[in-house]
Amino acid sequence: MTKHNMIKLYPRTWRSWLFMAALLTGSQAYAGDGKLLATGAVTSIEGAGGGGIVPWATTASYAEKGEWGFTVNGNFADVDDFQLGVQSLNVTYGNRIEMSYAQQRLGLNTIGGDLQQQIYGLKVRLSGDLVYGDLPQISLGLQHKRNTTFALPQAVGAADDSGTDIYLSAAKAWLAGPFERTWVANLTLRATKANQLGLLGFGGDKNDDYEAMAEASLGMFVNRHWLIGAEYRQKPDNLGFAKEYDWRDIFVGWFPNKSVALVVAYVDLKSIAGLPDQTGAYASLQISF
Amino acid sequence: MKHLVALLVLCAVSIAPSLAQAKSDTLYQELGAQQGISDLMTTFVLEIAEDERVIHHFENVDIDRFHRMLSLHLCELTGGPCTYTGADMVEVHRGMAITRAEFNAVVEDLIAAMEAEGVPTATQNKLLARLAELHGEIVAR
Repeated sequence: MTKHNMIKLYPRTWRSWLFMAALLTGSQAYAGDGKLLATGAVTSIEGAGGGGIVPWATTASYAEKGEWGFTVNGNFADVDDFQLGVQSLNVTYGNRIEMSYAQQRLGLNTIGGDLQQQIYGLKVRLSGDLVYGDLPQISLGLQHKRNTTFALPQAVGAADDSGTDIYLSAAKAWLAGPFERTWVANLTLRATKANQLGLLGFGGDKNDDYEAMAEASLGMFVNRHWLIGAEYRQKPDNLGFAKEYDWRDIFVGWFPNKSVALVVAYVDLKSIAGLPDQTGAYASLQISF
Repeated sequence: MKHLVALLVLCAVSIAPSLAQAKSDTLYQELGAQQGISDLMTTFVLEIAEDERVIHHFENVDIDRFHRMLSLHLCELTGGPCTYTGADMVEVHRGMAITRAEFNAVVEDLIAAMEAEGVPTATQNKLLARLAELHGEIVAR
């Protein structure tokens, strides 16, 4: 399982995504753009609307009340010994319900081979609004994850090949915050058993119970189109073979219009599977319909 | 020493009202006072006129009066020396069933107008923050 498989995997995947994108473009007549620029945020590595590594209380796309929205996304991270590739689709109705599907592939450059999983996501906005009113927008979300390469996770002590994360998020934008700029903040609390997102399975020899993890993002809009910020994601530590560390990143987001959003980031993933100093570059592209 | 304290107190007393005054009409001044606001509202009305998402709400509107009332309201909201004499936002929008998407469309028209008039981002943000407070009075529940 080396480069040969990678090459085989991606052309087929990208063809099917392009097909889906074509389908979605055809349904554009039904899609809405009633939300303000950037208020649909971008798409996280688990397919949920949010930042890069943190799902936000925002719903993906620009669909407002009574409107449908769709996004097609690609995320890529390249750190010292690993490469993460994610493709995802997102369907949103009425700034209320967000459904997502994502496939993740982690290339193990040093160890060899790869780890893959599929993530089915659901998010419901419970109350509040990102921009208007005093209260934050609050959403409840689920991420059901199925690891399709469980041999390696099992060998290092993982208990299950599938798991479901439950999270509660609160997000708020301040139109004229410090420096008279627009700021956005999100706090997410997640109950999870996932090891390295689930790519190393769920639960393990060290701990096999759900634990609560805090995740946060903070960003400042330099102007209407450029967002700079940072994120932090607390992670569980369930496997005895290698300690799992919290993740962090600093990012720049570009929202040229309501169709495209591009993010580049510097990520610090600490040590993964015992390999230290996993820092590197991250990029994501979101196409909205 | 006594004199120095007295002098400082005198200074503080004489500066304080002017500081408060400066603070309250800063946004008004930043927008270019009466003329700047009037120009901005002219561009804003033109943006709305070309916006298919919301133009149907303005079919029977007296544009001159609309522009005058908008300018007056904005002058008052930004701390300028005006008194808005029109009806309140709830009354003005009663029965229009303004949707959240339509409200946002008008916000985008205002942003486009501010960009066209060269209003700096900081000033834009301060104005948008004040106007966002009206969301609850304008959008139909």
